[in-house]
Amino acid sequence: MAVVEAHDLYRTYRTHTGTLRRRAKEIEAVRGVSFAIEKGELFGLLGPNGAGKTTTIKMLITLLIPTSGTATVLGFDVVKQAREVRKRIGYVFGGERGVYERLSGYDNLRYFAELYGVPAREQKRRINELLELVGLKGREHERAEGYSRGMKQRLHIARGLLHDPEVVFLDEPTIGLDPVGARELRSTIASLTDAGKTILLTTHYMFEADALCDRIAVITQGKIVAEGTPRQLKSRVASGSVTEVEVYGVPEETVERLKTLEGVLAVWIEEREQAQVLSVQTRADTQLTAAILGHLNGANVGRVSHREPTLEDAYVALVTEE
Amino acid sequence: MRALRLLGVGWLFHFKIVSRSAFDGIGQVIYPLFFATVAFFVFRAGESPRTLLYASLGAAGMGMWSATSTTAGSAMQRERWHGTLESLVATPPHFALILLPITISMATIGIYCLVATLLWGWLLFGIDISVVHPLLFAFSIPVTVLTFGALGFLFAVCFVRFRAAWALGNLFEYPVWLICGFLVPLVFFPDWVRPFSWALAPTWGMNAIRESALGGDPLNDLLVCAALGAGYVSLGILVTNRVLDAARRRAALSLT
Repeated sequence: MAVVEAHDLYRTYRTHTGTLRRRAKEIEAVRGVSFAIEKGELFGLLGPNGAGKTTTIKMLITLLIPTSGTATVLGFDVVKQAREVRKRIGYVFGGERGVYERLSGYDNLRYFAELYGVPAREQKRRINELLELVGLKGREHERAEGYSRGMKQRLHIARGLLHDPEVVFLDEPTIGLDPVGARELRSTIASLTDAGKTILLTTHYMFEADALCDRIAVITQGKIVAEGTPRQLKSRVASGSVTEVEVYGVPEETVERLKTLEGVLAVWIEEREQAQVLSVQTRADTQLTAAILGHLNGANVGRVSHREPTLEDAYVALVTEE
Repeated sequence: MRALRLLGVGWLFHFKIVSRSAFDGIGQVIYPLFFATVAFFVFRAGESPRTLLYASLGAAGMGMWSATSTTAGSAMQRERWHGTLESLVATPPHFALILLPITISMATIGIYCLVATLLWGWLLFGIDISVVHPLLFAFSIPVTVLTFGALGFLFAVCFVRFRAAWALGNLFEYPVWLICGFLVPLVFFPDWVRPFSWALAPTWGMNAIRESALGGDPLNDLLVCAALGAGYVSLGILVTNRVLDAARRRAALSLT
């Protein structure tokens, strides 16, 4: 039996617009998400901002009730048996919030150890172990308001592991961290799988998912559009090629026209310093450079180059083709 | 046993947070002194020195209730701002066991209000603060503080879903001062107000404190106060899951 199972999860948010004439508006954040995570697996939910990653994770950790569909964690229903689920899971949100800043890191951990039912005689040992694990030993008695973003993030991780949960949910844990801090955190996450934890990680960093995850599901606009190992996802675009053109001031209509060309898999624009880089991913058997440049008539065109597709291209192709 | 331990640790944790806020602290220090001064000037026309003690105790009650009502309302707001409300909800204990120590820790500040008000009146205005039943007086204070906390808990439970919880807390501050007879005796109010006063534990807690200080029989008031407090807690526990489910359904827990 899978440790985490989601079956056709839907979640709709209801918001209102207008002041005097209020109108209800419904936003479908998650539309039919299904997946299963096996014991000891590190499963990545990868997608752009607003794709439905956090909504999905919040349904699984019992903070949101699905509009429809079901989900279980360790066999317990996340709606009907929320308390049983909460006892057995740990979760970590990215960002600086979620910490009692006026108190020390140690006090924060002590309080949550009590809430998670860690026996009193074990609390001190457990907290010290986790402080060592996340590298906060020696700073634990300082007020959390003086911690850097990375330290707060590591405090979150320690808090999520206090009760030695079987399943850990990590929602964009490296967001906003500097490269060194993010690398250290990734190494901590990797050590959790070595300890036999089952992990669901959400991220929008392709390389992070590639480096850490056993399997990845790509989610965009509330739907899972691809699922497999990093190698399987890469193989989806391995035979194509990417044409990159430095441009200045390409209108949106041009991008839309390029998408309609025969043999084009995906088109996207990145802002790089003062220029834009237009990337066009094409099938291997297609040579479209002339056609692409023809469509850029009127725009200032710089350097043109070709390269092999990467995993990031696979991801971009998946999330832009929806 | 574990529930009691959780209540105790939660109380200590949140009391530490409240006591470490210099900004909140200034208000909590100054308000009772301000209330005591106003009460003295309003009631000094009275002939009896006991009238001034009556007024001082009323002012202390005002401070105690202000500390509880405004902070109980803002307690949920503060958890939202800190991003900790979701972390608390996602833990296994019944949410009532998490929320109750938060509001009781706020109400505990009320003990300072009482002491500060009485000392202020004694030092500045020469009010005689001798009490008739010292033991009952000493017993009335924690019971009243706990029931203030229990009423704050009921408010906080009902406010969990709302982002503007602090405004609702403030809304209840002045009406309770008035209809619980903190400064103006209830006999001056229209009859229709009385059922509301009787349903509020602060009315009985205030009576118990006054009767034990000024002479009288505070036991009945204490019993009613404690029973109402227990009622608020029971009602709060009953509605907690329902309110939380509504918040989970409406995705209201993460809103700031």
